[in-house]
Amino acid sequence: MERDDVYEYSLDTHHSEEEGKKVRKKIWFVTLLLTVVTAVEVALGAMVKQGSDMWTTVKVLFIVLTLLKAGYIVLTFMHLGDEKKVLKWIILLPYIIFIIYLMFISFTEATAVGPEM
Amino acid sequence: MSGHASNEMNTAPAWGGKVSPFRVSYGKLMMWFFLVSDALTFGGLLVAYGYTRYTFDGQWPIGEETFEALPFLGNGYPLMYVALMTFILIVSSVTMVLAVEAGHRMDKKGVIKWMLATIIGGFFFLGSQAWEWSHFIHGTHFGRVELEDGSSAIVKGHFGEIESFEVIEPGAHSPAAGELITNDNISAEEGDLMHAFQHAAVAGHLEGEAGNLKIHLHDGTVAKVNKKADKNLQLLIKEPGTKYAVSLPSDESTRISEEEGSVNMYYAALTKGDVIYGANMEQNEYGPQQYGQFFFFITGFHGFHVFSGVVINIIIFLGVLKGIYHKRGHYEMVEKTGLYWHFVDLVWVFVFTFFYLI
Repeated sequence: MERDDVYEYSLDTHHSEEEGKKVRKKIWFVTLLLTVVTAVEVALGAMVKQGSDMWTTVKVLFIVLTLLKAGYIVLTFMHLGDEKKVLKWIILLPYIIFIIYLMFISFTEATAVGPEM
Repeated sequence: MSGHASNEMNTAPAWGGKVSPFRVSYGKLMMWFFLVSDALTFGGLLVAYGYTRYTFDGQWPIGEETFEALPFLGNGYPLMYVALMTFILIVSSVTMVLAVEAGHRMDKKGVIKWMLATIIGGFFFLGSQAWEWSHFIHGTHFGRVELEDGSSAIVKGHFGEIESFEVIEPGAHSPAAGELITNDNISAEEGDLMHAFQHAAVAGHLEGEAGNLKIHLHDGTVAKVNKKADKNLQLLIKEPGTKYAVSLPSDESTRISEEEGSVNMYYAALTKGDVIYGANMEQNEYGPQQYGQFFFFITGFHGFHVFSGVVINIIIFLGVLKGIYHKRGHYEMVEKTGLYWHFVDLVWVFVFTFFYLI
């Protein structure tokens, strides 16, 4: 009897030539995206001075763009998007919760110690 | 894949170790767990950096002011070098994922080609980082000076080239009085003109004023410094003193310009020895002591990850060449080392934003 409930390796260990073409197309798309986002970040960083009126907006934009880049790297390059959903969230969720907590508590403390923001 | 879940499962082999949890292999799962813990380390470091930065506020160095040099081209290119490093790492991440893709098609030649490209990209990144560290440690031509009112300032502008030292009183190894010391005949002890100049400045062995400086060298030589005039010398106050407040990055009028006497103020500090060049573990010209330590630790720890990533990639690459994974029937080892390599790229994306951009 052929069994389909025993998986020794990841589901996508092998794929065909045609599937490969699709995967490669996606890889090149993500490459382009990461490059363009980085170029935009550098241009903004060089043009907008810290402390100017625009700076807060740009700072938030930097963080959003960074998370966008990180998302593409983790989900596409590291194939976490292709893994089982439960694995994806077991990796991501504890980390996200912890890092948000750590940032919250540290920056709250930092403003208490340092000058008024 | 959801179709599988409704299948009747034979639970007997589940307890025999035959079913992989989460449908990934043991090795890949453990690699993910390792990466999560490693990400916590880097997360902790970056949050600590943010905490320290908040507490210093205006004194903290600004990325586009600190990192603006390019090899061979000099200064005035804010963030370009770091952007280049980021691009190198992204490209090597792409070649890695292409190697993984080739592995899925059992295309050994493809895996070899793309892994080799990844390793070369890794070496390029390490080389770039070595240059950046060297530049950071040696510092700028101007350095950071302490002004008379106790404030501390970094300097922007074009440093006029030092052409020669004209000997006034000959020392043990110098040419006769009136002769010139140039980079061609300077003693090995002094290194080169720039090095001798900075060394003398720190030791308080310079005297005079801009355009008329005298230098005392190690061997007792006293010489006149032939130096071109600096252009557009501006002082950016980083720590306030009794007279000057901190310069705002968004407002250039808060800098001290040449019209306001920046040149004389700079050389007054230089001849008193109140200058710091570059960075070490105790102090740096860019900002608070902690800034240098965070720079060395965060980029160093990341660089060490890149280095170990390159080493692991080379080991797996040799395995691919020998055909170990081809015989095994799958290239999962390439996938696992790929995960680590992408993680290194991922960390750099965050370091780039939080250390250099913001």
